[in-house]
Amino acid sequence: MTTFSEQFPIVFQALNVGFLQTLKLFFVTLIGALPLGLIISFGSMTKFKPVQWLTRFVVWVVRGTPLMIQLLIIYYFPGLVLHNPVWGGGEDGRFFAACVAFVFNYACYFSEIYRGGIQSIPKGQDEAGLVLGMTRGQIFFRVKLLQMIKRIVPPISNEVITLVKDTSLARIIALQEIIWAGQAFLKGSQGISGAIWPLFFTAVYYLAFTGVLTVLLGKLEKRLEFFR
Amino acid sequence: MAVLRVENIEKSFGSTRVLKDISFDLEEGQALAIIGSSGSGKTTLLRCLNFLERPDTGRIFVKDELIFDAADPATQLEKDVRRKRLHFGLVFQNFNLFPQYTALQNVMLAKSLLAREDENYKANKKAVEKEIEEKAMALLDKMNLADRAGYYPHQLSGGQQQRVAIARALALEPDILCFDEPTSALDPELTGEVLKVIRELAEEHMTMIIVTHEMAFARDVADNIIFMNKGVIAEQGPAKEIIDNPQTERLKAFLSV
Repeated sequence: MTTFSEQFPIVFQALNVGFLQTLKLFFVTLIGALPLGLIISFGSMTKFKPVQWLTRFVVWVVRGTPLMIQLLIIYYFPGLVLHNPVWGGGEDGRFFAACVAFVFNYACYFSEIYRGGIQSIPKGQDEAGLVLGMTRGQIFFRVKLLQMIKRIVPPISNEVITLVKDTSLARIIALQEIIWAGQAFLKGSQGISGAIWPLFFTAVYYLAFTGVLTVLLGKLEKRLEFFR
Repeated sequence: MAVLRVENIEKSFGSTRVLKDISFDLEEGQALAIIGSSGSGKTTLLRCLNFLERPDTGRIFVKDELIFDAADPATQLEKDVRRKRLHFGLVFQNFNLFPQYTALQNVMLAKSLLAREDENYKANKKAVEKEIEEKAMALLDKMNLADRAGYYPHQLSGGQQQRVAIARALALEPDILCFDEPTSALDPELTGEVLKVIRELAEEHMTMIIVTHEMAFARDVADNIIFMNKGVIAEQGPAKEIIDNPQTERLKAFLSV
């Protein structure tokens, strides 16, 4: 049995590696889901009813089932049911599958926030743009988009903070993120076994990172305070 | 020559007939006031002229050009509507300024977006933008708002916002400027400053249609008045005659309240 001070450098090193994977999943999800959510929100607002129904159905399914189940289905379904293991077995395959599940899941949540944001902008903004001879595209990008962003920053911030912690769900398909890294010392790894504190210690990483994000998102909110 | 001719416009929302057989002419350089109680169809009429609503029947001519014919879909093509809208400017009851732009940017935005469609824009970008800005500043100055050019709408009073909105509409040099109850959202003190600039525009013979509840103002400033009641033009004629000598019982009742 090693002492805490002997364990710490080893655990710290391993958790850092795990946290890097957590961060990768976090950023890929944001970069993918923020724009995809906008496209989905257009689908759920289109006047073409079949597309609207289909989009709203998909959003209902994705928001109505646990992300953990979605991860399992996306990762295992191709191999076990279709006998076509598209993801491969390695860490890269697991990471890719996790990205697909997270991006799609978060895009659906974002789409509803976008929809609320777009629909909360008064009709008068559209009408003012139209009578000034602006196109629908110009009205969206030049007039409504920034107003919409201002309105959705608080709810999106909420989702972003949740996402930091949701990345731990990828543990279910054995993605080697920080929870996986911490848990390894419980089972036994690098001469340390039966240690639960590394798992507890992962909370510090989450807390520090969400702290940084809270400050950054707060700054963004402040920067949009120049108009009302 | 009538700059605007409206013929037999009808408009229903569901089973409610909001406009019934509306016809009138507007001469260049004249101001027309439209009065009538709430729900009489005044606003809908303005919205039809600005293509925010599509009349069910009727025709609209601007400078003898047929710009809308309910019976002819070729006059209603989406791609032409944008250009046709520019015959008209519209000032809203609630201003509808763009909150993230300063007063000056609000006035410039549409004009500079339109300028970008010109094929020579890229070559002359700086000169074109400079000219647009100078014209916008001149308009704000005309509205007594030169010192507010850099302010955002939420930093301006209602009266100032409405004057920015008037400058914004004028920036596109419309043939006919429409006002939809421009002072209804303002307190009496601020109403005065907005009415003053509209009066000045009338003195410069800007062609205008003003939907208003300010009877004294309509009498003074408008050349003609249309009194609308339940979707029809109940009475129309020279402004002073309409106000001082109403013919119908309905208008007498309306003016006496």
